[in-house]
Amino acid sequence: MAQTGFGQAAGRRRHLLGIGGLDPGQIRAALDLAETYISLNRKGGPRDVLRGRTLVNLFFENSTRTRTSFELAGKRLGADIVNMSTSGSSVSKGETLIDTAMTLNAMHVDVLVVRHDQSGAAALLAQKLDAAVINAGDGTHEHPTQALLDAVTIRRHKGTLENLTVAICGDVLHSRVARSNILLLTTMGSRVRVIAPPTLIPTGVAALGVEVFTDMERGLEGADIVMMLRLQRERMGRAFVPSAREYFRFYGLDAGKLARAKPDALVMHPGPMNRGVEIDSAVADDLQRSVIQEQVEMGVAVRMAVLDLLTREARGNA
Amino acid sequence: MTLLAFTGARIVDPASGHDGPGVLVVRDGLIEGIGATVPAGAEVIDCQGAVLAPGLVDMRVGLREPGEEHKESLAGLAAAAAAGGVTTLMALPDTDPPLDEPALVQFVARRAAAFGSVTVLPCAAATKGCAGRELAEMGLLKEAGAVAFGDGRQAIADARTMRLALAYARAFRAMIVQHPEEPSLASGGAMNEGELATRLGLPGIPAAAEALMVARDLRLAALTGGHVHFAHVSTAEALDLIRRAKADGVRVTCDTAPPYFDLNETAVGGWRTYAKLSPPLRTEADRQAVVAALADGTIDAIASDHQPQDTDAKRLPFAQAEAGGSGLETLLAVTLGLVHAGALTLPAALALLASRPAALLGIEAGRLAPGAPADLVLFDPDRAWQVREEALVGARNTPFDGRPMQGRVLGTWKAGRRVFG
Repeated sequence: MAQTGFGQAAGRRRHLLGIGGLDPGQIRAALDLAETYISLNRKGGPRDVLRGRTLVNLFFENSTRTRTSFELAGKRLGADIVNMSTSGSSVSKGETLIDTAMTLNAMHVDVLVVRHDQSGAAALLAQKLDAAVINAGDGTHEHPTQALLDAVTIRRHKGTLENLTVAICGDVLHSRVARSNILLLTTMGSRVRVIAPPTLIPTGVAALGVEVFTDMERGLEGADIVMMLRLQRERMGRAFVPSAREYFRFYGLDAGKLARAKPDALVMHPGPMNRGVEIDSAVADDLQRSVIQEQVEMGVAVRMAVLDLLTREARGNA
Repeated sequence: MTLLAFTGARIVDPASGHDGPGVLVVRDGLIEGIGATVPAGAEVIDCQGAVLAPGLVDMRVGLREPGEEHKESLAGLAAAAAAGGVTTLMALPDTDPPLDEPALVQFVARRAAAFGSVTVLPCAAATKGCAGRELAEMGLLKEAGAVAFGDGRQAIADARTMRLALAYARAFRAMIVQHPEEPSLASGGAMNEGELATRLGLPGIPAAAEALMVARDLRLAALTGGHVHFAHVSTAEALDLIRRAKADGVRVTCDTAPPYFDLNETAVGGWRTYAKLSPPLRTEADRQAVVAALADGTIDAIASDHQPQDTDAKRLPFAQAEAGGSGLETLLAVTLGLVHAGALTLPAALALLASRPAALLGIEAGRLAPGAPADLVLFDPDRAWQVREEALVGARNTPFDGRPMQGRVLGTWKAGRRVFG
């Protein structure tokens, strides 16, 4: 691991703004620490790593799953947690982002977990904040803790992150989860394929080191991991795809298409799932194949690891 | 009576081809001529080897007064122009209210004239309210002082409206200035479409959005016999179309702005909103194509496309930030970069900044002809400096913040009166 520490430098300290810029050593360190927390959590031992520290969850977009996961992670480390929900409040508009940062500085917050509908919002806050910023999803840019938890899950099942064939399927264009996973998996030496209708493939994505498929069955051929993405229903309105039923027919994961992947291929989904749109319930609920529930458990451990790593310098025991 | 004699300069007048030493004599605000001796009684201005050239003619400047004076007032604009060596500029009509009324056109020109440092020539609205539907009163607007017509930062999107505008403007020998971007392709986009936009998770604007509009309007210019002028052309594709149309005799001209030959899309890395422009910064291949088109004459003028924004409009997540960069004060220095790089000769660069845009607008400016107003810029083409936003006298939202420059304005004269330096 680099001497500069974990995450990205911006403003006065280090943050986790994305997977982009992390080297394999940094990623491995986060995953190893997450493994440690998985065992500690199962033993139920209370921790006081973040005792007396304040963690603020600032969610400009609704998210029960990610917010709860960060809240749980912070609580297990002994932090004081404040949840700031912004819908309908004075901070619901992007114009006040800098003001929000100034307010949080005045409150002496140690860690800010932020989700925002604008790409780059976490980086903008990081430039102004005294706290460590964790990007919990910014627009269509990145969702780094999701990629880390996916990586822990994969590593626990496959024993490695190298030389795997990972198929990421669905709305890649609008997916921050896809971007973070592409960056993480290619950095760690796996082969990544993206599978989507041409209207949902971002321009120039091949330059990120992935192979692009528009035929799902061909793209799934021999895959070790099948990572499904959520297709937001509002994307239908802008006519990226004509209908849900057509999408499910050609890009929904069902047993037939999954048969093209390796027999022991894992099925993953960042949640929440649209059953019958991008994934068939029979596949999603197949405990032999689907690790979707396990991803949730890994999420808490990974977030504990990230909180621990990012506060080490401030806690003086790096 | 005032009599000035500029001595010791390299005098460059691209219109006449003069490039060399001499004494430029100015009497009562008008150029008397370039001679060899200082007339008796003249006040001598020793130029110490710097370049003396016609004041720059900037054919694309965004106005924020009336309507958004907090971004830049006309006073601020006049000061920025003087600092940049710009003595004549064409102002865009997309103010609030837009310049679609003869009285507003007169108001802007008159108010700017009061500062005495720069002539502001309005490009009036081509359509009422710059809304792209009904034609504005081009004849009356021209009488009021408009020198061209366009809808500012908005493309005239509807093909029929554009056809009518091109045809109707012929009667008044005026060109239609188009912001060449197909809005239905560009809408929602924040930067150039491609790998970098994908990495940053930003919605992209494809280069094709520019080429599509250029291709359409070239057909409409051919159909109507009207004169279309494309502003701030930024892509190789569009430049190829324009180059071919010129060879075919279509009445088309175009300009570009310094960001498009000096920067590429990587300038937006790290979500630098000062580098968010419209059109967006493009690829390196596009940038090189713009340089080539400046060298081969496809591009007729370099304009600053000065678009003031304040920090509130820029200190936002990238997609929500306003587009546009200030440009008056960096126009000459960035263009001199092309001269230092060997892409353009100094007279060719000054032609793109002065005599050629003046000829396009049909105005008496941009040359050192006897009898013409003594609008002059004196600059050291080699002096090094660094752009710092806080050192700008006008709007500070420069995409060139921090960039080292070679070439600096030393003085600006408007009708024989020193207005800068």
